[in-house]
Order: sequence, then C-alpha cells, then structure tokens
Amino acid sequence: MIPATFDYVRPTSVDDACRALADAGEDAKVLAGGQSLMPLLRMRLAIPDALIDLDRLDGLREIRDDGDSLVIGAMATHHQVMRDPLVREHAPLLARATETVADPAVRHRGTFGGSVAHADPAGDLPAVALALDAVLVVRSVRGEREIPASEFFVDWMTTSMEPDELLVGVRVPKMGSGWGVHYEKFHRTAQAWAIVGVACAVRRNGDGVEEARVALTNMGPTPVRAHSVEVAVRGAGSEDAFRTAAAQAAAGTEPPTDLHGSSEYRTHLATVLTARALAAAVG
Amino acid sequence: MTVQEVGSPRKRSEDARLITGRTRWTDNMTPAGTLHIAFLRSPHAHARITGVDTAPAKDRPGVVAVFSGRDLAAEQGSLPCAWVVTDDMKHPDHPPMAVEEVRYVGEPVACVVARDKAAAVDALEEIDVDYEPMSAVVDMEAAIADGADLVHDDLETNKSYTWVFENGDLDAAMRDAPVVLERRYVQQRLIPTAMEPRSVLCVPEGDEYTLYSATQIPHILRLMLATVTEIPEHRIRVVAPDVGGGFGSKLQVYGEEVIALLLARRLGRPVKWTETRSEGNMTVHHGRDQIQRITLAAERDGRIRGLKVDLLADMGAYLMLVTPGIPLLGAFMFNGIYKMDALSFTCTGVFTTKTPTDAYRGAGRPEATYAIERMMDELAAELGLDPIEVRRRNWIEHEEFPYETIAGLTYDSGNYEAATAKALELFEYDKLRAEQSDRRERQDPVQLGIGVSTFTEMCGLAPSRVLGSLSYGAGGWEHAAVRVLPSGKVEVVTGSSAHGQGHETAWAQITADRLGVPFEDVKVLHGDTAISHKGMDTYGSRSLAVGGVALFSACEKVVDKARKVAAHLLEAAEQDLEFTGGRFSVRGVQEEGRTLQEVALAAFAAHDLPDGIEPSLDSDATFDPDNFSFPHGTHLCAAEVDTETGMVKLRKYVAVDDVGKVVNPLIVEGQVHGGLAQGIAQALYEEAVYDADGNLTTTTMADYLIPSAADLPSFTTDRTETPATSNPMGVKGVGEAGTIASTPAVVNAIVDALRPHGVHDVPMPCSPERVWRAMRAEDKPAASEPGAGGGLGSAGGAQ
Amino acid sequence: MPRIRVEVDGTTYEDDVEPRLLLVHYLRERLGKVGTPVGCDTSNCGACTVLMDGVSVKSCSVLAVQADGRDVTTVEGLGAGGGTHPMQRAFHEEHALQCGYCTPGMIMASLDLLRENADPSEDEVREGLEGNLCRCTGYQNIVKAVRRAAGEMREPGRQEVTP
Repeated sequence: MIPATFDYVRPTSVDDACRALADAGEDAKVLAGGQSLMPLLRMRLAIPDALIDLDRLDGLREIRDDGDSLVIGAMATHHQVMRDPLVREHAPLLARATETVADPAVRHRGTFGGSVAHADPAGDLPAVALALDAVLVVRSVRGEREIPASEFFVDWMTTSMEPDELLVGVRVPKMGSGWGVHYEKFHRTAQAWAIVGVACAVRRNGDGVEEARVALTNMGPTPVRAHSVEVAVRGAGSEDAFRTAAAQAAAGTEPPTDLHGSSEYRTHLATVLTARALAAAVG
Repeated sequence: MTVQEVGSPRKRSEDARLITGRTRWTDNMTPAGTLHIAFLRSPHAHARITGVDTAPAKDRPGVVAVFSGRDLAAEQGSLPCAWVVTDDMKHPDHPPMAVEEVRYVGEPVACVVARDKAAAVDALEEIDVDYEPMSAVVDMEAAIADGADLVHDDLETNKSYTWVFENGDLDAAMRDAPVVLERRYVQQRLIPTAMEPRSVLCVPEGDEYTLYSATQIPHILRLMLATVTEIPEHRIRVVAPDVGGGFGSKLQVYGEEVIALLLARRLGRPVKWTETRSEGNMTVHHGRDQIQRITLAAERDGRIRGLKVDLLADMGAYLMLVTPGIPLLGAFMFNGIYKMDALSFTCTGVFTTKTPTDAYRGAGRPEATYAIERMMDELAAELGLDPIEVRRRNWIEHEEFPYETIAGLTYDSGNYEAATAKALELFEYDKLRAEQSDRRERQDPVQLGIGVSTFTEMCGLAPSRVLGSLSYGAGGWEHAAVRVLPSGKVEVVTGSSAHGQGHETAWAQITADRLGVPFEDVKVLHGDTAISHKGMDTYGSRSLAVGGVALFSACEKVVDKARKVAAHLLEAAEQDLEFTGGRFSVRGVQEEGRTLQEVALAAFAAHDLPDGIEPSLDSDATFDPDNFSFPHGTHLCAAEVDTETGMVKLRKYVAVDDVGKVVNPLIVEGQVHGGLAQGIAQALYEEAVYDADGNLTTTTMADYLIPSAADLPSFTTDRTETPATSNPMGVKGVGEAGTIASTPAVVNAIVDALRPHGVHDVPMPCSPERVWRAMRAEDKPAASEPGAGGGLGSAGGAQ
Repeated sequence: MPRIRVEVDGTTYEDDVEPRLLLVHYLRERLGKVGTPVGCDTSNCGACTVLMDGVSVKSCSVLAVQADGRDVTTVEGLGAGGGTHPMQRAFHEEHALQCGYCTPGMIMASLDLLRENADPSEDEVREGLEGNLCRCTGYQNIVKAVRRAAGEMREPGRQEVTP
C-alpha cells in the first residue's frame, strides 16, 4: 500500500522541530524510526497532514552519562541502545528488553524514544521505562519539561505530552550495583507482540530480595507497575516465595482480550511470568 | 560422462537468477504505457449495493477510468467452478466485481485505472458506494440450521451439496463394537500466504492479449479466461513468469485476472495490478475450514472395524475453481494406511459470508490424515496401547501390496514397517518415552509428549478416468516435448508450471540421463502457453509423477527415432545398435558410432534420412497415469509443553518419507522441510479468524502468524524407497507429504504430553491459551462440549 | 518535491521524489532495481531488506527521502565484477531457496547478521533471521547456507563481511 500524501518536514535542529510541530497543529505526526508509524501510514490507518521527520537530528541519537542517570536521546536506535556500554552497565534491563524488540532490521531503524512516545501497551519498552522510573524529557516552543514515566502513559497509545511537545530524551536512573534484571517476554512467534511481558529488576541482600521493580507489558491500556508484587517480594529468596509474591501481579490490571489471548489468560500469565522473572532476575 | 543424473543432488540451475535479483516476477514488468489498477473492496461481509458513484474518482489527476461491477456486468461473466460434485450442487453466479450484492469482506466492487499506482489508490477514496447491510453468515453449523440467514437468497439454502461415499457394512461394523470413539475436530481456516503476492499484467496487441500472472495454472487459466470473457482461446496467451510460491493459492481463476483482461481490451493499453498483503489475506482463497465428526469402531485388541466421517466444509461465499471438490480429495484418505471393513463418508458444502475456500497444500488430504491419525492415538489411549502398536495392528503389511482399500483405491506399493522402523531408530523413541515417564513422575512443569503420524496420501493428480468419475471438469494427464536443436543442445517443454519446485533442474536431469547429453546442454521451458501449447499445470504433487513421466516417454521417442537415423548412417540394423552414454554404436564395434548430437545434426540437415523419416528428432508425449501415487511415511514429533503457560516447544522432529524413486534428493528434502513447516504452522500458529460480523481480523502478517526460522526446530529427515509401480520411473509425488503428515504428529505430541492431565484434545492452532484451557477444561468436566474432544470451541478471546 | 541524492549499488542517483514514496518503490519503480521485492505491508516479511549505510533495513519502512545522502546496497549490488557473493553461492549450494521470493531479503539480512557475528551458531542464525519469512524451505537449508557462507567468509585473505 501507499501512504496518503502529507507535507514533509525534515528539521535539522530540535528547535526547528519544535517550531514545525507547533506550526503543524494537531494533524501532524512525528516520525522517529518509523517502524510502527510506517505500516500505519502504508495501510492508511494514519493519515497525517504533515510528517515531521527527526531522522537528521543526530544530536538526539546520543546516549550520555549524566551523573546519577543516563540520558538516552530520543532517536537512539534499539540497536544502539542494546549495544551501548553505558546502557549495559547502568540500565541492563533496558538492554535486555531491547534485544527482544522485533527483529534486527527493525532495531536498526526503530528508536527507544519512538517506542516510548508511541505508548503501545503491547510494546516492550514502555513497561521498562516504568520499571526503571525513567523520566521523559519533552520540549516545545514553550520550553522543556520532564515527566516521570508514572505520569507519562495515560491511556491506550496516549501520553501526557501536549500535541506540540516533542520527546527529546529519556532520563534513566542508574541502577547501581547489586541489581539483577530480567525481561520475560511471552509471545507466540518470534515476531509477535508480547501477550504479556514482565520487566523486572531486583536488588538482593544476602538470601532475600531487598528491593524490586516490576512492570507489566500488555496488561492494560498502559504499561502497569506491579507495586503489590514489589512489596510482597521483599525478603523472598525461594521460588516458592517468588510465586507467592507474584500471585498479586495482575491485581488492579485491566488486561485486554484480543486475537492472541483473553483477559483471563493474561491474568494467569502475569502471575506465572512474574514469578519466573523474579527468579531469573535474582539469578 | 557419464554421471548418473537421476538420483544425484544436482544444485538447481534456476537459482542463478533468484540469488542475484535478476528475476521476472510479474510485478517486475512494466511495459511502456502501463496503467495501474486498484480495487475498491467491500468493507461488509454481506450487503446489498444500492449505488456506486464513480464520478468524483474519475476527476482525480492521473485517473484514466473508473468502473463499478455494474459497468462491466455485460462482459465480466461469472468466475468458473470446474468441479460440479453432484447433479444438484447449488452453484451461484460469481461476478468478478460485485454488481448487486457483496458476500465477503474484500470482495471487489469497483476499480480505478490510473497512470500510476499511487493515483489509483488515492482515487479509491473518492468512490462512493451505498450499501444496505445484510446479515453475516459466519458459523457453518448455524448456517445449516433451520431459519438461518442466507448467503444467496435465490438458492434458498446455505447447503451447496451433500456428497456421500460408502463401502462395506458400516452398521455391522458399529453394532456391538467393543470400542466406539466419537470425536469432533475442527480444521481451522488457513491463509496460504505464498511470499509473492498475486500480480497480473495484461498487454493487448490488436485483438490479442498476453496476460502475465503469478499463477500456477497458465493453461487452465487461458481456457477459463476464454470461456468467461468469450475472447477466443487462441487470442489469449498466458505467461506465468517467475512465480513466488503457490501452495494451491495460485491454482485459481481470480476476478482480478478477468478484470485485467477486460480492461486491457477496453483501454487498449497494458494494465497491471499487484495486491498488497492485507488485500491478499482477504481475497486469495483460503484453505481447510472443516468441522469433522468422526466415529471409529474397533475391537478390544485395537483392530479397526469401521469408520464414519461426517464433514461440514466451508465453501465461503462462492464456489471457485475446485472449491467443492477439495474435501472430496480427502474422502478416500480417511482410512489412511489401515485395513477396515467399512467406511462411510458424508460431506456437506456450506456457504458462508467469508472468503471462498479452495486448494491449499494437501487439499483435503491433510484434513483426512489429521482425523485418522488423531483417532489412532485416541484409540491407543483408550486401549492403553502404544500408538505405534495400535497402528501396526491395523496397517497394510508390505507383502499385501497392491492393496485395494476400503475407500476403493488401490495402493500400488508401500512399506510402512520399514519407514516406521527407521523413524523409531532416528527418533530414539524408547529413550524419549523413558524421559517422558521420568518427567511425569517428577511432575515436571514441562511435560514431554510424543506424536506419531504414519500417513499415506494420494497424489500425482490424476488418472483422467478417475477425475471423470468424480465429475471433475478436465483430465489429469501431462504433456512434455523434447526439441533436439541442430547443435545438439536440447530444449524441453513441460506443461507443468513450476513456482519453486525446481523443474528446470529435475527435468534436465531426467533428459540428460535418457538422452546421454550433458545436464548443462538442456534448457527447460515452461509457464507460457505460446511455448507449451498444452498442459495441466502444477498442483496436487503431480509434476514429477505425471509430467516427469511424460518427459521420460518423450525422451524415449527421441532415442527411438535417433536409433533409426543412426542405423541408417552406420549402415547397420537397428536391432544391432546399442545406445550408451549418448552414443549409438554397433554392438561389439565401439569405434564406429554416432553421438546423439551428430544424429540430431543429420536429422536437421535431412540430406540422407531413411525413407519415411521426417527431419528433426523432436518428439512429444503425454502421460496419463492409471493410478494415483501413494507416498507414505512415518513422522515422529517430540513436544515439550509448559503446563503453567501452555507454551509448546518442538524438541525433535523425525520424518522418514517414502516417495519412491528420487530424481533429485536435494529438492525432495527441501520439499519435505517446507511441507513440515506449513503443517507445523497449522498445528501451532495459523488461523484465519473472523469476528461475529464476518470481518477477517487476521489481515496482516502481524496477526496471521507465519513461523520464522526462530520458531521452528531443525528436522531430521530420511527416506525409504519403495518404487511406485504405476509409472515407469517408479516415482511418487512429494510436494504435499510433509504438510499432510506433520499436523497430526504435532497435535498428537501435545495431547500425549497432557494425557495425565486428562486432556484428549486441543483444538488447532494449539496456541498457548488453548493448551492452557484444555488442561483447565479437564479439571472442570462440566465445561466440556459433548463430543468435542478437549471440550473447546475456540480459543478464549480469539473470536 | 524534495530532491534526493542516493548511492545505490555503487551508482549515484539524483531524483525528485514525493515524500510518501517508499524506498522500496523508489528502487523498483524509479531505478528499475526490481531485484528487491515487496511481500507485505507491515514490515513483517523482510523480503525487501536492503543495507543502508551498511546495516539492514526493511526498505518498505523507510521513505525514499530518508535515503537522501545514504548508501544503499541491494541484492543486485552484491558480488564484485559480475561474480557472486559467497552468501549468494552458499544459498545455491545448500538449496536454501525454492520459489526465491524471500531470497534477496534473506541474503541481505544474513549479511547483516554476519557483520555482527562472524561465526553464528544455528540458534543465533535462527534468531538473527527472525524478521525474514520464507514459506518454502522450512528455513533449515537457509540456516545451513548462512553458516556455510560464514565459514567461507572467515577464511584468511577473504574480504570482510560487507559486500
């Protein structure tokens, strides 16, 4: 299929991009890596008046060390993120989860920022951003602001960004030592979206878990933080204990029913997979 | 010289263009002046068309013409169905573009012709169609209930036909049978998904037309296009250039092909249409889609007494080329490789407001094989026997061939014992059974299951006589011609039309051996009705077993004629000549001789030919087999089932196939690999899903799950070789074997893993959720659906 | 219409393109590079895979205008001086294709895989090709071909992996 026509803007600076977005109004779409948007354009499920292509904003591809956190440019590709030494050292959960995204060719174009801004609850990275307490850095002609991940995903494919705001980077707090991580992705074929995914990081203390972050993919209209599991798992050190803690994983979620799984099944999976993710993260 | 070509793993000659991108896919060709077609398709499963306004679309830049179905109603005819299975079969009109009513989502209602593709697609949005929605008819069982909404009002029923086959006394077999098993299996609807989307280009020259199409059937297509459009057959040339897979989906006369021909005639310019994948998922014919009710009666020792098969087969909205006949191709296969006293088969074809169904790899036979192989495992479980043992007690033993089955077929040859013995050894059956017990004992959350499938199938379609007796609209012979060029190089023409099967290599191997010429000196021509003037094309694993044998005879004719000429040149008697390594010589006198090439030149020059011999060594031949070919084999699958999530992982897959004599083992192995992948995909991944309103929800590859390399195991394949006796080469078909055998092997493995959980069926595709639900259903027997095996209608949430 | 300048298989092209034109359509319809086919509209099948600036991309999910200033290699650009690339030869030797429609994308994706991992295991090849669908081969011979090519390309004196 062939996309409908659109005005094409290829800004060469972030300021220009913000200006273009402000000028274009609500019917503009921002094109990052395009790996989700291009199919939508081709099938004419998205028919924007204008496309603002960030492809040439090389400055947004930078991944830098900013003291207590990493700042990952919105246009850093999945491929770049999963190989980046800073990410692997300080945000290994992100590196692991990114390795499971789509396939190599898609990872060469697709971006971390794009995935997060697209806010598809079936995408792997929104849950990771949530689990890591990432902060989304957004900019517009009105200035820059930072939105915690917990306030960023507001509904199905909807974020708290204003229409004129552009995601420019993601601030990911460094994990520090003593953390084990795992992303448990459950899908029917290698290419398929996660039916359920569990992003999990745990800090061990002796035999037990001292602190845990758990977030779920595709268990509702937004990624979901499993706070009750995080509390319940404190002190747990055995598979049985993880299982017990994980029994609460689906509490308060609204998992969808779709072609690949019912709400009931997802509810079940969330508990099984969370227990497995905890065990794997503990190592 | 002389390498024995037949039997050697010759690397394929067609690869050279395919690995370098120098291909000739239909969509690669755009002659100067080509116009592009885009189709507007119905968004409704069922609706009356009350108006089509094409005027605004015509005003769009670049648009040359816009047509609705009504605009072409006088000339578009009705798409053909060549298989009228019963005298009273209901056979509705099927206009290539809908005129009054649409009956499935995706049915074409109008088209735009424009100078480029983008302009054509853009203009579609300007066509205004008024629809009056009607009731969707989605479920087959509901469709045949009293008072059901009708797909075709004028037919007054949703039943197209009921076809019955009976042999033996079924009542006697069932009466007082110690074991009677009743099961209901659903063959889910599949989308064939050849990698190359359909594409058609029609180039007019005066009142003649060359139609290039991504088709498996250039010859049949030409005849049918002539019939539908009333353009004389000799004014139409059909070319199937490089064709990127078919699996039955391109064994069809599609509306878009008819429309392209009509538009080329109307506009006097080349026109081209290439589908998108999401368009194709809605409109390429689908496969399978049967509800099977199977009753098997047996003795306590496991011997089968009789089998009753009651099928509902979803035709979709219309009958296409061979739609109604597909389930009947399975009718004779439900008994599998087993002996029994009675068989009863009844099939009812049902109309629904869904995409029409038709041939998909195996076409009727995978459905039948699935049913019987699943039943054999059920029988084994019922009796506490090993599934291999229960098969052994029923199968035809190798001394018993030729064997006339309860379905009335004569299996010419086979050796089920040998194939099974080899498979068991390669599989390390006993070792895996031991591991299975161990895991059961440990209550390992990951259970191991072993699935068996000892299958045969009827292929090499087909003896014309048999096709005639089944009311099929044509014969099943195949044609070949050999042209020995003056330089001694050879052109071979085959009426079979390859789209990945490797004819260009295998046919050259056969020719090289028969004529004693180098492999490289043979060029195989196919897929063009101007070059290959007759043929029955490629489907039903027929190419080698019918077309290859035709070539074998055509080569014999060349040698026979060359012998006459050589005898004349050598001044010897014909009977004193021997032909070895491509050279004629007088027996015992090796020095004097003539190569075939020398004889060919002499026959071309014609300066000195024996009386009554015409110039050239060219020959042609047809072969019409007097029987099908019956490849068979034993497939064993080990599956690990995660009982907590329902996820299935294939651990090991062993396929021992017997396809008789083999021309090219490399190609045979490749066919088996690909067949396995598709059969496994039916078991685990693929399903065309419609919602209650008749919308296809699996229109893209993101939703219709085709397995990738990462989703499939490495297969262990091997062969036994029991030559067919129904053709002089001893060959059998191989194209569908893997697909037919593997689906039940996988599902049997999954069920075997879960038997301790009380599971005796998981509906396909065995998604993790369905496996998980099957285990839960058994925990709660009240939830079971009578006769439904595992008690599952559908995957939760999948509808 | 934006003007782009792009190098494809060693030749530089300058063209005015509609912004909505996909790279794969630019290759096929404007440059006549029909060796790269299209198999789907959701970037699942990988038939259209090419290398852009040396890394694999699905050319149906890239706009032609985004290739401005880039270097694109298609299957038609492999093999120096009219020969064939070891990867192409390995596909032939191992019977890793039947209809051949997925083959160009499969070959390009395989080259990208070896660029990152010169000696992949069977599982690594399978994972690395997860974005390329084949309906004919069951993948077994494709996996063998990629590992065979890897072996050949690792031989001393061979050029590095990129075409």
